[in-house]
Amino acid sequence: MNNIAEPKSGAGADPVTDAQLAAWRADFPILGTQVHGKPLAYLDNGATTQKPQVVIDAVSNYYATTNSNIHRGVHQLSELATAAYEEGRERVRSFIGAASVQEVILTHGTTESINLVANSWGGANLQAGDQVLITEMEHHSNIVPWQMVCERTGAQLVVIPINDAGEISLDDVSQLLCERTKLVAISHLSNALGSINPVKEVIELAHQVGALVLIDGAQAIAHIEVDVADLDCDFYAFSGHKIFGPTGTGVLYGKEALLETMPPWQGGGDMIRIVRFEKSTWNDLPYKFEAGTPNIAGGIGLGVALEYVTEVGLNNIAAHETRLLNYASEQLQQLPGLKLIGTARHRASIASFVMEQLHAHDLGTILDSEGIAIRAGHHCAMPVMQHYGVAATARASFAFYNTIEEVDRLIAGLKKAVEMFA
Amino acid sequence: MMDLRELYQDLIVDHNKRPRNFGKIDDTTYFAEGFNPLCGDQLTVYLKLDGDRISQVTFEGEGCAISTASASMMTEILTGKTMAEADELFELFHKTLVGEIELDDDTTAQLGKLAVLTGVRAYPSRVKCATLAWHTCQGALHKQHDGITTE
Repeated sequence: MNNIAEPKSGAGADPVTDAQLAAWRADFPILGTQVHGKPLAYLDNGATTQKPQVVIDAVSNYYATTNSNIHRGVHQLSELATAAYEEGRERVRSFIGAASVQEVILTHGTTESINLVANSWGGANLQAGDQVLITEMEHHSNIVPWQMVCERTGAQLVVIPINDAGEISLDDVSQLLCERTKLVAISHLSNALGSINPVKEVIELAHQVGALVLIDGAQAIAHIEVDVADLDCDFYAFSGHKIFGPTGTGVLYGKEALLETMPPWQGGGDMIRIVRFEKSTWNDLPYKFEAGTPNIAGGIGLGVALEYVTEVGLNNIAAHETRLLNYASEQLQQLPGLKLIGTARHRASIASFVMEQLHAHDLGTILDSEGIAIRAGHHCAMPVMQHYGVAATARASFAFYNTIEEVDRLIAGLKKAVEMFA
Repeated sequence: MMDLRELYQDLIVDHNKRPRNFGKIDDTTYFAEGFNPLCGDQLTVYLKLDGDRISQVTFEGEGCAISTASASMMTEILTGKTMAEADELFELFHKTLVGEIELDDDTTAQLGKLAVLTGVRAYPSRVKCATLAWHTCQGALHKQHDGITTE
């Protein structure tokens, strides 16, 4: 089996030095803490990432010095808060290569971003007989919103299958796409398998039949360089907390012309121009889709997080994480009774596995006692679990601040688990 | 945190490795399927009653060591008990694990062998593993066949 992951970036980067790695780790206060008396080895980055001091400071400074509501006050604090929040939006724009800030809608997370498209675009455009195409490896948040809108509109949900390595085939995509396909919703990087999907090719194929494409970038955003203009995707959704930003922050990128045609999906303050009991009119983009007071501190923190990631360099991140992932895959496979779930040729950051006679939850508890945090469960991807015939997997997911020594501790912890249950 | 060995006591490891009364009872109307939405674990409990008394309990499904051992021990302990006694024991077990009943000598004595499972009190996310089979058994006893969850 070929288990050398080939990322799509990072190939040209120099190996990360120990000094560099130590400096990165020092940026994250939590990485210096202990769990159950052992140094924390945080290998659950797929669930959420840790926050660097600059992000923590940005959030804390906002509340300490600038706290006020945005887009409405004429007083000094409101002006400052508005400027800081909009600077966060601009940082998102430049990070993903969007043409303008009108295309950057700030949400509370990937889930909300996808629900926004499903409700607003889907509700207005899907009809009985239409099809929405997703893949078998999607996270529940890229399945259920489509199921709900399909039920409401009479459209049909069609699923692109995966092979046992956890890959989709472009032949299957071509075959399933047809003039009835109105939208393809696909993850950029699978949270349960680590597979990197060939999204650029999928987008090209989908556009040939006139279908739109939404990319779920929740997992990808901290690991793969994203350029929405180059991808030519119609929508790109991601969460701030998975890229070292605050929880409760998210982004929906959408092509401006498309967003213009879409109706608002939540009504309230900030998203309106004029409200009359007879009829109200809507604000301009992106505010049309941003009803209510947003997560202001979070949006500011997200901007700072993206700036931090840019400084570290996604190329360096990809190179270091690939080294970690390949080392982990190699070491894991030497353990008797261990099976990797997800061995796609192109993959990143995630090592998902099952062990004979050892349930993932027991593994999670035993590793926790060693100070090692992993995820155990179905990873909100029950259809993936069904594909492999397992109820749950254990998942170690890496960030650029993880070390080879932490992988060694993971392996030692798993050996201890095997001994306990032998 | 307490020592891991207090959670995974020998009796638990043993029941996990060799679950007792594992399998299906075909000719019964007392069965239920239980589901732990947190981890995706699923198990089915089957019962046979002789009047008001439980004459046989079995289970099938896949789960972690805590959930499997709890199910296995449950099948042994409930065999021969009346429905009312089973309900009572479920309540004592459940309330002890979620911390509503104090774990004193008296409770430990009443729980008997089941006391080895009280280690999960130190692991809030694992309490549901220990109670899944019991919730499911309640469903089976009261002929609520599906939709049993630990929530």
